[in-house]
Amino acid sequence: MSFDNAYEGLIDQEDSHWAFGTGFHSALEGVDREVPPGVDPADLAAYCLMLGDDALVLSQRLAEWCSRAPELEEDIALANIALDLLGQARLLLTRAGEVEGAGRDEDALAYLRDEREFRNVRLSEIDCGPGPGGDFATTIVRLLVFSSWKVAQFSRLRGSADPVVAAIAAKGLKELAYHRDHAAQWAVRLGDGTEESHRRMTAAVDRVWPFVDELFRTHPVEARLGGVAVDPAELRSEVDGVLDAVFTAATLTRPEPVPTAFVAGQAGRDGVHTEAMGFLVAEMQHLHRSLPGAVW
Amino acid sequence: MSASWPLWEVFVRGKRGLNHVHVGSLHAPDAEMALRNARDVYTRRNEGVSIWVVPAEAITASSPDEKDPFFEPSGDKVYRHPTFYAIPDDVPHL
Repeated sequence: MSFDNAYEGLIDQEDSHWAFGTGFHSALEGVDREVPPGVDPADLAAYCLMLGDDALVLSQRLAEWCSRAPELEEDIALANIALDLLGQARLLLTRAGEVEGAGRDEDALAYLRDEREFRNVRLSEIDCGPGPGGDFATTIVRLLVFSSWKVAQFSRLRGSADPVVAAIAAKGLKELAYHRDHAAQWAVRLGDGTEESHRRMTAAVDRVWPFVDELFRTHPVEARLGGVAVDPAELRSEVDGVLDAVFTAATLTRPEPVPTAFVAGQAGRDGVHTEAMGFLVAEMQHLHRSLPGAVW
Repeated sequence: MSASWPLWEVFVRGKRGLNHVHVGSLHAPDAEMALRNARDVYTRRNEGVSIWVVPAEAITASSPDEKDPFFEPSGDKVYRHPTFYAIPDDVPHL
């Protein structure tokens, strides 16, 4: 092996692509796609939509940072995280569509549902910047909370009775662990940074915290899908432990805000969203709605 | 680029690579963040690769001006090179 070309020694196998593009494999290769016996397909489809929408909507939010992050390297990191989440969303929405059996694929589910049909938690949709809705600190706090919650959820979902959900969770968990690590690193840097960065982190925590409570509310679909779904109420102590550790290192204190109200007992999981959601969906779906049936 | 984000040089070893190879540089506030940035920029997180980051200021380079006195003395002395042996076929990477 010679090293005339700097990348020669890095390439795994015969591949015409530039380094590292090799050796990937599908997370769902060889996984049985039949709905397991005793599982209600409608509930399973609804659950996959919940998980998929969490990832899709936060991915859309993070993509808004493209070219607007504080540093070039951070710009790439946020885009990377957004792409991980989009990948999770694609697998989960595809699963939701095939279990539902109504002929909707991932694109139909992403682009042809209205706001009220989205099932994401409201934490993923609120505007945390860039722009007047927040700043880098707000985005980091949201990402920290979201990924800590998702790590707890996905680590349990690896044992889901639905083999597809289990495989998606196994793949996604590695990504989410990185997202959590990245957010925690920044939370400590900013919280324990300058006076100004600490002030912004405190404001960010205040902004995000009213949406934390909803993450641990058990939805009827989750309650019915024992063995397939995770009861989010079970995740609270693990997530609290992680956040406490990060907050201590970051010299931040957790607020005790009034949780954002439900509307007649309903919230994101029921399609009842904040006012930010309609704008997000409109922007995301504009092209598909303008050119229905277009292929790209 | 702000002065507080210094330059780091990045070396990566592939899953089956033998050596760490210099792949480029980036800016980061410290070594931990440099590692994470290097992962995003240079490895796409393919498992099993190893990354080294080094602050650029820690590297001492040979000077192009000294190229001749530095390297040329060995150029015409063939006896400096152990090339008079047959290399067995089953010894790779020599």
